[in-house]
Amino acid sequence: MTLAPLPYRVVDRRDETHDTVTLSLEPAGEALGPFAPGQFAMMYAFGVGEVPVSVSRIPDGQRLTHTVRAVGAVTRALWTLRTGAWVGMRGPFGTCWDLAAARGNDLLVIAGGIGIAPLRPAIDAVLAEPHGYGRLNVLAGARSPADLLYRNEFPTWERPFSTVTVDRPDDDWTGRVGVVTTLLGEAHFTPADTTALVCGPEVMMRATARDLIHRGVRPDRVQVSLERNMRCATGHCGHCQLGPLLLCRDGPVVGYDRAEPLLSVREL
Amino acid sequence: MTDPENTVAVPGAPTEAVLDRDGLDELVRVLVRRGRTVIGPTVRDGAIVLDELESADALPYGWGVELEAGQYRVRRRADQAAFAHSAGPQSWKSFLHPERVRQWSAERRPDGVLSVRPEAPQSVSYAFLGVRPCDLRAIRILDRVMGGGRYRDPAYLSRRTGAFLIAVECTEPGATCFCVSMGTGPAADAGFDLALTEVVDAAGHRFLCRSGSPEGAAVLAELPRRDADEPTRAAAASAVSEAAERMGRSMPPVDLRTLMRDTLEAERWDDVTARCLSCGNCTMVCPTCFCTTTEDVTDLTGDHAERWRRWDSCYDLDFSLLHGGPVRATPRSRYRQWLTHKLGTWHDQFDSSGCVGCGRCIVWCPTGIDLTEEAHALHQEATRTESAP
Ligand SMILES: Cc1cc2nc3c(=O)[nH]c(=O)nc-3n(C[C@H](O)[C@H](O)[C@H](O)COP(=O)(O)OP(=O)(O)OC[C@H]3O[C@@H](n4cnc5c(N)ncnc54)[C@H](O)[C@@H]3O)c2cc1C
Ligand code: SF4
Ligand code: SF4
Ligand code: FES
Repeated sequence: MTLAPLPYRVVDRRDETHDTVTLSLEPAGEALGPFAPGQFAMMYAFGVGEVPVSVSRIPDGQRLTHTVRAVGAVTRALWTLRTGAWVGMRGPFGTCWDLAAARGNDLLVIAGGIGIAPLRPAIDAVLAEPHGYGRLNVLAGARSPADLLYRNEFPTWERPFSTVTVDRPDDDWTGRVGVVTTLLGEAHFTPADTTALVCGPEVMMRATARDLIHRGVRPDRVQVSLERNMRCATGHCGHCQLGPLLLCRDGPVVGYDRAEPLLSVREL
Repeated sequence: MTDPENTVAVPGAPTEAVLDRDGLDELVRVLVRRGRTVIGPTVRDGAIVLDELESADALPYGWGVELEAGQYRVRRRADQAAFAHSAGPQSWKSFLHPERVRQWSAERRPDGVLSVRPEAPQSVSYAFLGVRPCDLRAIRILDRVMGGGRYRDPAYLSRRTGAFLIAVECTEPGATCFCVSMGTGPAADAGFDLALTEVVDAAGHRFLCRSGSPEGAAVLAELPRRDADEPTRAAAASAVSEAAERMGRSMPPVDLRTLMRDTLEAERWDDVTARCLSCGNCTMVCPTCFCTTTEDVTDLTGDHAERWRRWDSCYDLDFSLLHGGPVRATPRSRYRQWLTHKLGTWHDQFDSSGCVGCGRCIVWCPTGIDLTEEAHALHQEATRTESAP
C-alpha cells in the first residue's frame, strides 16, 4: 500500500536525546514491504500530517524502527507518542545506500546530527558481513555532547575506527571538538578503494564530499542522502525536485558525481 | 487509456465522414445515451470555459477570442464556427486531476486503534469534446506523470481510464500559440477516439470527422453523416496547414533542454524577477502543471481524519520548505524552477517536454510575462556569452 497509510502500533520508544526518540512499530495487519538501508517511510501522525523519516534499523520480521527528531508540528506529534499509540505508515520509498557497489572497499560512514539515523542500518549490514568489505570507519558529528545519538553503540562499530566530534563541548566532554571532516585524517582508508556514505546538513555533506574527492575518493563513490520537501513520496506532487531529480524516486541517496553540479547552483 | 495510432478500421464502421451541425448535436446525444458526462467549451462570463454540455447548442458558435500577453477577450465572429477559438483559462486537467480530491479517510476507534479507508474510485465516464492537439498532448503528458511511473495515481486513473476524447484540429491559432515550435499541433494525428476539422466555406459549415479507435468508429456509425468528399478533405487540410503558418509565437530554434541546463546562472532571471509577482497563475492554467500539496483535517470529535490533495504551485514560498526555511526563497529562483522544469528537467523526469505551446500562461499572466520571449532572451544571452572573448 503506497497511497493510503497502514496502521502501525508503537511497541517501544527509546529517548535518544532531549528532542529525539527511536520508535519501534508493529503492523496491525498488513505490513509494508521490506526496507533497504537508506530508504524512508512516510509517517502519519493522526490528523496532524505526514513526513518522510528514514529507517534507522531493520530488524528481522515485520517490525519497523525509526528515529525522529522533533523540529516542527508533525515530528513533535510523533515524538510525543507513547507505547500503544498508533501511526500510519507508507513505504518503502526511495533509493538505498548502494552497498553492492561498495563491496571490497574501505568504508567511510560520515554523519552529521540526525544523519546518523539513516546510516545505522548500513553500518549494521556491513558488520553482519565483515568479510564483504574492507575497513569500516564511522565518523559522526553533533552540535553538543547532549545531541549525540546511539552513543553506546559507537564502541561496537570500531572496525577499526569509530569516533564522534562535537561543535560545542560541555565541561565534561573529553572527546574531539570540531567539524566532522577534521576526523578524516585519522580514518583508515585507501582513497582509491573507498566508498563513503554521507548524511547530514547540506553544507556538511558538501564540505565532506569536497574533502574526500580532494583526497582521491571517486566522486561517484561518495554517496550522499539529500533532503527536500516531500508531500507524496510517489512521484506525483513535484515538491522534492532538485533539478532533474525527483528525490523521492531518484533519491534520497545520490552519487556525488550527480549531486555536485546541482548543489552548487544556489536555490535550485 | 487506449493509445490508438491513427485511424482504426472496424469492419462495417466508417473511419471518415462529414458531419453537419445536426451531426454534432447527435454526437452529444449519443455520448449522453452511452452514459458519458460530456465536457466541452461554452461561453460564460466573457470567456470560453469548459463545462458539462447538455447539448451541442451550448458550444460557442460564432465566438472567437483575442489573445495577447496578459489579455483575453471573446469577440463575435462573422461566421458561425464552433471551434474557431484557442485555449481558454481552463484545461482538461481540471477534470482529470481536479483541484481538490480526498485521498483517504481515517478513524480512531474508542480503543485508539487506527483504521484507514482509501477513497473509492470515481465512477464518472467522461467524453471531452473539443480537445485541441496541444491539449491532447498535455493529456498524454499527464498520463505519463500520474499514471506512467512506478506508482499510479488512482484518483487520476479513475477519471482518465476510458475517457472518450474528441479532438478538434486548430484552424484559428491565437496570437499566443506556439504548438508548431513544440511539435504538438495544429494537426491531431493520434491519441483520440474521434477527430474533427471544422470547415466553413462557400460549400457550407461542416466537420470532417475521423475515427481513431473502435469506440470512435462505433459512435461515428450512429451519427447522421455523409461520405467524406475530396473538396472537404482538401479544405480541412489546407485550413490546418495555413494555421501552422500563422502561429502567434515561436520558441528559439535550439534544443530547449540544453538551453535551460546551460543558463541557470543567466542575468535574464534577474530581469524576469522584476516583473513576476509569484502569483502562480501560470501554473494553475497550464494544462500539464501537476504539482499538489496535502491537507490533513480532522472533524470536531478529533477521531475522524481526512487526507486531501490540492493543486499547489512552485511559486509558493512554502513549496520548498525545509526545517530552517524554503530552499527557493527568492522569486528569481522560483520563476527559474518553473521555466526550467517545463522546458528542461521535465525531459529527465518524464521523457518529454512539459510545455505543449498552448500559450495559456502568457495570456493569464497579470504582467504579461511570455515564456517564449524569456527563452529567446536566454538564448541571446547564452550566444553573447559564448562569443565573448
Ligand atoms: C528522505 C528524508 C528522510 C528523512 N529522515 C528523517 C529521519 O530519519 N529522522 C528525522 O527526524 N527526520 C528525517 N527527515 C526530516 C523530516 O522529514 C523533517 O524534519 C520533517 O518533515 C519536518 O516536519 P514537521 O512538520 O515536524 O516540521 P515543520 O517545520 O512544521 O514542517 C512543515 C512541513 O514542511 C516540510 N518539511 C519541513 N522540514 C522538512 C525536511 N527537513 N525534510 C522534508 N520536509 C520538510 C514537511 O512537509 C512538513 O510537513 C527526513 C527527510 C527526508 C526528505
Ligand atoms: S508552459 Fe504555458 S504554453 Fe506551455 S503548456 Fe503550460 S501554459 Fe501552455
Ligand atoms: S510568470 Fe506571471 S502568472 Fe506566473 S507567477 Fe509570475 S506573474 Fe504570476
Ligand atoms: S515527494 Fe512528491 S514527487 Fe517526490
